[in-house]
Amino acid sequence: MTDAHDIHSDPSGGELAVPIADPGLPEHQWRPTDVDPAKEKRAERQVATLFGLSALATLAFLVSYFTLDIGDDWTLIGNMGASTMALGFFLGLALLFIGVGIIHWARKLMADHEMVELRHPAKSSEEDREVAVQALNDGIAESGIGRRPLIRNSLLGAVGLLGLPAVVLLRDLGPLPGDKLYHTIWGKGTKDKPMRIVRDGIWTPILASDLEIGDLVNCQPDALHNPERYDIDPTEVEGVNLQIHKSKASLILLRMNPGDIKPGKDAKGESRANWTVNGIVAYSKICTHVGCPISLNERTTHHLLCPCHQSTFDLADSGKVVFGPAGRPLPQLPIAVDDEGYLVAQSDFDEPVGPSFWERDYYDRW
Amino acid sequence: MTVGDMSKVATTNGTTPATAKGGKAAGTIANWADERLGLGSAMKKNIRKVFPDHWSFMLGEIALWSFVVVLLTGVFLTLWFDPSMTEVQYDGAYDPLRGVHMSSAYASSLDISFDVRGGLLMRQMHHWGAMIFIASMMIHMLRVYLTGAFRKPRELNWIIGCLLLLLGTIEGFTGYSLPDDLLSGTGVRAADGFMKASPIVGSYMSFFLFGGEFPGDAIIPRFYAMHILLIPGLLLALVAAHMLLLVYHKHTQWPGPGRTEQNVVGYPMLPVYAAKAGGFFFIVFGTIATMGGLFSINAVWKYGPYDPSKVTAGSQPDWYMGWPDGLLRIIPAWETHIWGITLSWNVMIPILVMPPLMLMILMALPFLEAWITGDKREHHLLQRPRNAPTRTAIMVALMTFYGLSWAAGGNDIIAIKLHLSINQITYFMRGAVFIGPVIAFIITRRWCISLQRHDEGKLLHGYETGVLVRSPEGGYAEKHLPLPEGKAYALTARDDDPTPETVEEIDASGATGRSARLRKLRAKLAALFFADNVQKPTAEELHEAQHHAEHELHELESQIAAGPNRHGPAEH
Repeated sequence: MTDAHDIHSDPSGGELAVPIADPGLPEHQWRPTDVDPAKEKRAERQVATLFGLSALATLAFLVSYFTLDIGDDWTLIGNMGASTMALGFFLGLALLFIGVGIIHWARKLMADHEMVELRHPAKSSEEDREVAVQALNDGIAESGIGRRPLIRNSLLGAVGLLGLPAVVLLRDLGPLPGDKLYHTIWGKGTKDKPMRIVRDGIWTPILASDLEIGDLVNCQPDALHNPERYDIDPTEVEGVNLQIHKSKASLILLRMNPGDIKPGKDAKGESRANWTVNGIVAYSKICTHVGCPISLNERTTHHLLCPCHQSTFDLADSGKVVFGPAGRPLPQLPIAVDDEGYLVAQSDFDEPVGPSFWERDYYDRW
Repeated sequence: MTVGDMSKVATTNGTTPATAKGGKAAGTIANWADERLGLGSAMKKNIRKVFPDHWSFMLGEIALWSFVVVLLTGVFLTLWFDPSMTEVQYDGAYDPLRGVHMSSAYASSLDISFDVRGGLLMRQMHHWGAMIFIASMMIHMLRVYLTGAFRKPRELNWIIGCLLLLLGTIEGFTGYSLPDDLLSGTGVRAADGFMKASPIVGSYMSFFLFGGEFPGDAIIPRFYAMHILLIPGLLLALVAAHMLLLVYHKHTQWPGPGRTEQNVVGYPMLPVYAAKAGGFFFIVFGTIATMGGLFSINAVWKYGPYDPSKVTAGSQPDWYMGWPDGLLRIIPAWETHIWGITLSWNVMIPILVMPPLMLMILMALPFLEAWITGDKREHHLLQRPRNAPTRTAIMVALMTFYGLSWAAGGNDIIAIKLHLSINQITYFMRGAVFIGPVIAFIITRRWCISLQRHDEGKLLHGYETGVLVRSPEGGYAEKHLPLPEGKAYALTARDDDPTPETVEEIDASGATGRSARLRKLRAKLAALFFADNVQKPTAEELHEAQHHAEHELHELESQIAAGPNRHGPAEH
């Protein structure tokens, strides 16, 4: 074996202990373009041709820009339109020809001698270090910061305190959560006008008899489309407010055989037996994992699968998690029928909908 | 610095210095600039700076140039994109969505795609460029790690690189969220869920970021400010620092004849390296332009505007977010409900713990290895992955964890395409993310050691020529020939592994207390780190092997000469 290389004693890159003598850089080989003027000329023409082709591609790009419409022919070729395809293709060619041309030039015609440069340790020289440390110490000594702790500490305190304005200034980024996460617009129904459940998108109320066993309907509260009926200001359900309401109130109705339903308990520990209408159950559509809208129904099992992370909930069993990462069951909405026979919410959800959060409580429903 | 024989270099370059022609004007300008900026001394050192050549050194260049392309296309997009969540009715060229209410952000994304010539091209180039940026950073990082280029003095550049990867990922997420389409909105909603899962401050963070309840009307403009100002600024600064350190340290090089720890051998910055790197910029740019023109990416018009009540099946984040999403899918439903509060381990572990942990592991790798091996020297010669088996195995284990987690992020797609049960895939993945890396570690380590043995065999017994000879007794043997000198040198130009102190030595030294325990731990780790590695042959071993080979060759030749089937020169 070679002598043990003590790696602790040698802080900079030491010479390797190589058992074979370094043969040194191999001899330089002349390229054909270096020794044959004809080949050299040819390489020169090749490079110029590549640049010429690039110019042609640029011209083709300009022609495409001004001749190809985009508004009307977006369906053409992969739904991207002839314009996008042509512009990308010709721009790509124009750039690639330049790139290939330059590299061809470098490889064939520029001097190809490898050069040798010596390395230096990353650290500065000992003298430089000493001078630098001396300068630093002189500077610190002259400032007197070490001798005047009163000044130093009061400065540190004052500067540290300046962090507070930086934090406080961010306070108005948004309002405090308050109890907003605990309520949805389903709770805005009154005794006379309980909140109707309407089909999402077409906003029609639903008769209990409209649903067959196995039917799943995506629903919204009637108030989002019909605020006046519930004495709600229309601006409450427009634009951003509409999005906020939908993100909490989206609902799923599923009709199953009433005998399949295993009623659980509500927050007060009372039975949920009267939360359903003829085997129709209503659950929040918002996944309790991270908030995706749940959409995939397994018709034969009353299981509902979230397409984002595959949490699966059993709608016959109080929205119990039967698979996947969700940590709590889907909130159920107690429903009934109004005097016209339409499905309505009895009240709001009895817990927050959507993803879990720190201050959110939990109750057992079994 | 030495310059070789230039006598025959193509005359189009001129055999005399290029300044001779048109030198007066250039000289005047150079003089004017130098008198004000003093560029001369900086340029003296750097204009002919040497860069070694190897294909793998190009990976970081792809990252750099794709970043430039993303900056350029991004500036173009800002001219039309309206980062506002104000509700508008779309009346642009895309017929299927005309009349639909949507945010200005989404409407302007559609306008860029259908009403601005070249707009869709730039959008797709921006997205492809971003993906190439992140992918090439990752592959570049693997190259740097697996060849040992992260070792002293380059540890800080490794950390800068890790931060670039982190920032690039966040930049990607904020970027693909901007169009406010159904898919990106679903991602933002999940991000809201992640924030709400944070202990104590979760719901407050969510309300502050969204300016109220999700989705609110603040998130797009806020992401926009981060995406076009804050993060690109940080990225630019870190890229600059990364490059400056690269220039200061000088690039690493592969060992070989004439290439040592003390020098760097390669082409000068001007002209060859500048031409190659500059030309390569055009190639990266051109490739991204071609992809942007020919390959559809993030066709936001197909998803429709964001609606919190809707989702598409198979919703997935961009690929670089895939691995935490996979962990999020396979983690069991762990939530703790206690004292009226909720601890969402099912979100915290995969999203709030694992990605930062992975980043910290990456950043710690150089320091961990240096601590275990006790190696405090500078290193400028690269190592082949096989010559650091444990290091290589650590990275392959991490890659396996990453790959399995990422695959778990496509468990629904895998289930559909392969007709498997999604439940079974998920259960399998729960085990695989733990077992897979261990298996990968063991296999990689042994594989590296086998390759080391193969190298040793080549050095001592020569390479296989493919020539079979039959002995007079009828036995067959393959003829081996010694490696060419240059190759043999390159194979042996590596360090012997150090012999770390052993636990017994520490015990014998009488050291006690915490520092002794730490030293013992280090000794054990070092023993594991280097265990079974093959050291390069010594000069004596090589000499003996050479002698043996000469003897064999001589014997063989005499056998051929004596035997019936002589392979001498053809006799006419």
